[in-house]
Amino acid sequence: MSTAVIDVAGVSRSFGEVRALADVSLCVGEGELLGLIGHNGAGKSTLIKLMLGLIAADAGEVRIAGAPVRGRGFRDVRRRIAYLPESVVFYDNLSGLETLEFFADLKGVARAACPALLDEVGLGAAAARNVRGYSKGMRQRLGFAQALLGKPEILFLDEPTGGLDPEGIREFYAILARLKSRGVTAVLSSHNLAQIEERVDRLALLQRGRLKAAGSVAELRAGLNLPLAIILKLRAGGAGAMREALGSLEGCALRVEDGLAEVRCPHERKMAVLEIIAAHAGAVTDIDIREPSLEDVFLGYAES
Amino acid sequence: MALLEFGQVAAIARKELRERLRSRWVLAVAAVFTLFALTIAYFGAAQQGTIGFKGIELTIASLVSLAIYLVPLIALILGYDAIVGERERGSLDLLLSLPLTRAELLLGKFLGLASALAVSTFAGFGLVGILLVVQGGAGAAFHYAGFMLSAILMGMAFLALAVLVSVLSASKTAASGIAITLWFAFVLVYDLVLLGVLVLSEGRLPASVLGAALLANPADVFRVLNVFSLEQVKTLYGLSTVAADTLTSPWLLSAAMLAWILLPLALAFRKFRRS
Repeated sequence: MSTAVIDVAGVSRSFGEVRALADVSLCVGEGELLGLIGHNGAGKSTLIKLMLGLIAADAGEVRIAGAPVRGRGFRDVRRRIAYLPESVVFYDNLSGLETLEFFADLKGVARAACPALLDEVGLGAAAARNVRGYSKGMRQRLGFAQALLGKPEILFLDEPTGGLDPEGIREFYAILARLKSRGVTAVLSSHNLAQIEERVDRLALLQRGRLKAAGSVAELRAGLNLPLAIILKLRAGGAGAMREALGSLEGCALRVEDGLAEVRCPHERKMAVLEIIAAHAGAVTDIDIREPSLEDVFLGYAES
Repeated sequence: MALLEFGQVAAIARKELRERLRSRWVLAVAAVFTLFALTIAYFGAAQQGTIGFKGIELTIASLVSLAIYLVPLIALILGYDAIVGERERGSLDLLLSLPLTRAELLLGKFLGLASALAVSTFAGFGLVGILLVVQGGAGAAFHYAGFMLSAILMGMAFLALAVLVSVLSASKTAASGIAITLWFAFVLVYDLVLLGVLVLSEGRLPASVLGAALLANPADVFRVLNVFSLEQVKTLYGLSTVAADTLTSPWLLSAAMLAWILLPLALAFRKFRRS
């Protein structure tokens, strides 16, 4: 991994009797996009708030760009970071442009940059309208524009696509990809596993405040060694032949139903299964091989 | 690095003022002040059998009674959600993730809201002021300016209390309840209790104790500040005849008012910094 821009070391945090985070350690390298996944209440938002220095850890330490987040010198680091909370309601009586100019003032960014940013997130036409009339998706876009002010080097995005329509989600990830190509480091929390699977470099899986696993999607899959699924579409009368050929295969599970056969087998048996299927090709009209989904991986770690 | 970056404070303050101007809050409050001030200034002497604009001193005495009810209420309503409102909206975390300290946010909020209150007060009481100055000349202008300034200071004291409530409260609902309770306590109940104590003690309450008791309520500080500056009005107020002479010092009264602004703000900052 490249130099750690975000370094979380043994962090714990409780709210009264509720332990929100327990001894979490992880690093995010420069230019890396880390996805935080976990059930509701797993500790994702708490971890992001700790990373931003918004709340103090009961134990452990968080450093961003080498500076402790609760230290006096962190104000300078704040000029290089940006945050988009899970749900933020802006100021109803200000227009989108005025809202962005307000944040530009606080970030020390020239107001002249605001109209172009609103265009970039698709709010150019609504810039003069009061935020009161914005939809949830438009508010989320405004929040994203706010996060992009001042060309931040480190982004913290908490459920950033909530409320966005499919086009908005696509545009959001396109912008995020551009930022990543520029070397921006980002931490992104999401419930939508399918959405982030292809887009993050690494995932950190939180459950009940504990870091259950961290790594690339491939590493996480390999760590569990979940079976892959081979789905066969059968010709009429082909079910019997498949049951006979695959039914007693060691380490594999076969299910035949409604003209479909599903074989679940470990990765190392994949070729052996495919050879058997090839030998009975006459019984099959189509084949699909499915790797365990991120959801399977997530559930696998959660249950482990 | 500076403890406070005034550019950040000014950015927050500008936003607060702009929001109140845009929501027509300032206009509405100014209109309420104008309506009540004109009515009271014109009909204030009706009990004595006359109507119309009377002398500056009696008019100010009537307006003091009005301001004591209205200004604290409006200041408390203005400030009770300053922090807890941002927290409930989800924007507090966003603001604190910026290069902005809690002290800058708190001070910016206070100054922005105080500006909105000051603009409303000047605009609201200004029309009556103009009418009185036309009738009474420069002397009237001096007294009336003092009245308006002290009304704004009283508003700032209650605004500081509202900001403290906003920092301490877990929800906007709780904050509004506490703010209204404070208004009842300081504006309605306090003087009644004080009068009750005076009556029960048959007037034997030491003047210094009474003076201290009056200084312990910003609404009374405002009342005394205005009453003691106007000879004709002194006689209208029972309390002024039994209060200590030291209370006539505008410096002491101003210092007390300033303390009523700074202490709640300091407590709010202390609590906010630890939250």
